This record gives sequence, C-alpha cells and structure tokens, in this order.
Amino acid sequence: MNHGIGVDIAFLLLATLAVVTGWRVFRTDSMVRASFFLLVSFIAVGVIMILLAAEYLGVAMFFMMAVEMTVMALFMVMFMMNPAGLNPMNMVHQERIAIGAGIVGFLVLGAMALFAVFPDQPVSASLDPVKSLGNEMLGDSMLIFESAGLVLLTTMIGVVVLSCHRGRYGAAAEGSLPPGLEPGGDPAGKPEEDEEEEGGGHHHHHHHH
Amino acid sequence: MTLTTLLLLAAALIGIGIYGALSQQSFVMLMMGLEMILNGVMLAAVAFWAFSGAGVPEGQLLTIIVMAVMAIEMAMGFALVVAVFRGKQADMTESLTGLKH
Repeated sequence: MNHGIGVDIAFLLLATLAVVTGWRVFRTDSMVRASFFLLVSFIAVGVIMILLAAEYLGVAMFFMMAVEMTVMALFMVMFMMNPAGLNPMNMVHQERIAIGAGIVGFLVLGAMALFAVFPDQPVSASLDPVKSLGNEMLGDSMLIFESAGLVLLTTMIGVVVLSCHRGRYGAAAEGSLPPGLEPGGDPAGKPEEDEEEEGGGHHHHHHHH
Repeated sequence: MTLTTLLLLAAALIGIGIYGALSQQSFVMLMMGLEMILNGVMLAAVAFWAFSGAGVPEGQLLTIIVMAVMAIEMAMGFALVVAVFRGKQADMTESLTGLKH
C-alpha cells in the first residue's frame, strides 16, 4: 500500500495517543475520566482504521464508542468510588501479577508481530471497501451477520431478565433462595452474622447524588 | 505505518487491557480492561485485512462481529453488575466469595 509521509506521522501520533490514553484509563483518579480516556483511545484506533482504508469500520467505531462510552460514564457515576476524582484512587489487587501478565502478553504478541512472516498482499487500489463489505454482509456471509443480530436480541432479553426487579411470579431472586425452616420463615442456611461479616471487609463510600 | 507497527500497537493495547482486567477491583473498571483487549483485537483484524489479506471482505466482517461481541459484553456486564449489586450490595470483586473454596 502506498502512502505518504503524512500518513506515517499521523499514525505515529495516533498510536501514541491510543496507548497513552489507554494507559491513563487505569491510572486516573476519576472513573468518569477513565471512561472518556477509553473513548479517546477508541477514537484514535478508529482514525487509524480510516487511514487503513476501512472507512466504514472506522466511522462505525466513532458512533458506537461515542454512545457506548456515554452510557458507560453514567454507570461509572452510579458505581463511583471517588466522586470527581478529588482523592487519589488506587483500587487494584494482585497488581504485580497483573503488570507481569500485561507485559508477557505484549511481549508474546509483539514477538509474533516482529518475527512471524505474514503474506504481503495489500488491498488493491481499485477495491471499494465499503461496497465489498456490504456485498459480503448481505451476500455470502448473510447467515453470520443475521446470527449476530439474533444474538444481540437474545442479549437484550437476557439483560432485561437479569436487571429486572421482579420476575413474572414474584421477586426475581425468589427461586434462588432456600425455603425457610418453618413456613413463612427466613431463608435457611443464611445466618445474619455471616452477611454482616462479608460486607465488613471492604469499606468504601458510595455517594449517590 | 506497516503491518509490524500496527500489530505492535495492537499488542500494546491488548497488554494494557490484560493489566486492567486482572488488576482492577471494581467490576466496571474490569470491563474497561476487556474493552481495551477487544480494541486491540479489532485493530489487528483491520491491519491484517489491509496488509495481508488482499482486502477479502471477510476480514472486515470479522471486525463487525468483534464490535457486536463488544456490545454484548458491555450489556451483559452491566446487567450482571446491577444484579450483583441488588443481591449483595457489592461492586468489588473481593466481595463475591460464594464460589470460593
């Protein structure tokens, strides 16, 4: 694929932006800022996709991520541990293992990128990527495309079932609780002291405004 | 911008995502790590499509499928977070000990 020096410079800047904002996602003090850092990282990758002539995918990435990260920011506010990022926040566990796993993952995949031999078959200039994708989705791969739609519908139903307060025949959690030892009593096998002990280990404050 | 540099960038994003998914205590932050991994996967798929696959349309289709997976992951993840919070008042991974030996 032939491209000018301008594309190379743009790629370098966008790659730096994607990695730096991606790293800041897990290092910032505010969870809302984290979701917007992730959005910036996704948008940088979307622009790189457009540079690679996959215009449809790049623009689809913008639209999808703009909406997804806005929704995510709302959930971040709901589950926020540190409102407005006013305090330093470090909510990690097993950090050494996690850093090690991340570095090992990068090294293994990077070694594959550097040392594996991939065929050199760039996109031909005459190909219209959007048209070919459209023909594929509504042609040979229609079953795959439609299956994705069906799975999304199943997801919607599952999400409503999971997050619904009450089921058709009473409280949503009713079937998952053991019956009481006497009729109408509290669920068996769940002493109250245990529950209090479980919640006591991890104190953090929830602020709901 | 070559296949190698693109794949290195994808590897870096996947590595950051692995770190995030393994290290974060909050469920929602953990999901951000998973999203970051899929971000790298999509970039690698498009890079292969552009440089190594001679522009076969299935390469772009794979990216569309990964986008659908990402949407499903986020929707189901948030539903589970809400269900867990309703049942246990928990939003940290350490609070869920039900399956611990």
